Amino acid sequence: MTSPGDSGTRETWPLWEVFLRSSRGLSHVHAGSLHAPDSTMAVRNARDLYTRRGEGVSIWVVPASAITASDPDAKGEFFESPQGKEYRHATYYTASETVPHL
Amino acid sequence: MIPKSSRAVSTALTPEAIAASIASAETAASEPVARYALGLGDDALVLAHRLGEWIANAPELEEDVALGNIGLDLLGHARSFLTYAGSAWGRSEDDLAYFRGESDYRNRQLFEQPSGDFAHTIARQLFASAYFDALYRALQRSTDPTLAAIAAKATKEVDYHLDHSVQWLLRLGLGTAESHRRMQRGVDAMWPFVGELFSPEPEADAGGALEGVAVDPESLRAAFDELVPRLITDAGLAVPTIPFAWGGGREGRHTEALGPMLAEMQVLARAHPGVTW
Repeated sequence: MTSPGDSGTRETWPLWEVFLRSSRGLSHVHAGSLHAPDSTMAVRNARDLYTRRGEGVSIWVVPASAITASDPDAKGEFFESPQGKEYRHATYYTASETVPHL
Repeated sequence: MIPKSSRAVSTALTPEAIAASIASAETAASEPVARYALGLGDDALVLAHRLGEWIANAPELEEDVALGNIGLDLLGHARSFLTYAGSAWGRSEDDLAYFRGESDYRNRQLFEQPSGDFAHTIARQLFASAYFDALYRALQRSTDPTLAAIAAKATKEVDYHLDHSVQWLLRLGLGTAESHRRMQRGVDAMWPFVGELFSPEPEADAGGALEGVAVDPESLRAAFDELVPRLITDAGLAVPTIPFAWGGGREGRHTEALGPMLAEMQVLARAHPGVTW
């Protein structure tokens, strides 16, 4: 992965992450990445590369350097902590017979 | 990736649809309309070929895709116009593209100009797109339904082409000293061929047969003059004062650039005429 400033020849063409929402889609989904000199050109390049200019599509571009990701090595602490804590879910509890409409 | 269902379904007129309606004898161009359509088709075809020369040679992969996209759009316009033009003479789009010599090509000279460096290409594309933008907007109101439908489809695409050229004009013009110098050279090199874009259509002169059908090129000049010099100035560049070239592309008089271009374009079709591919 190249990021802004990684390579001498690429420094003016940083990496952008592209998120698309299709005309009937509910949310923007990560579609891929591309290089562009600025955000304006990134949106245009994303239109060419990922939408074939299909109508009714919304595009977000974000400089890759603006995204902070969770640490894969810390997966355990980050994502496994709910295990063995079923009491955090509503289904863990039995409904009281005296409350019919819960 | 985009799910298939969300792709816009195009209801616009395709070259295949035109060919089908010609085959079923619903559509045929009259001789003057065909000659007019031939000129418009040649403009798009020749420029599409020039853009194709950039494939795998653009400054960035993304730009390769962008120039390829614009070329594909233009080739689509060319196919529609040439298919329609050919209906008057029983000739297909391929007959017209591959089996006419230089002096039978009717494109205006701007479109055949060599691509030069990236700035030359952007300058050529800027002038071309500003011209097409005004032309196709007006041609949508043609009394010829086929020409109006082709123009309606092309207008949206040309909007995008113009935007692409403007973005690069600004970036190169306002970029480094070197990109500024090259952009100015590109604008200066293509400028002499701007004048011809607004010279009369030879066919439109012939007895008013194209009244209401064709767009008078002279009527497109105001929109071009209002837009393009302002864009050039916005990019920090000087509007050229170079005199316009003689032109004559619509009469088959071309610059020396077209012959070699056609030789490359037509070599295979001419070596094996009549085959299906």
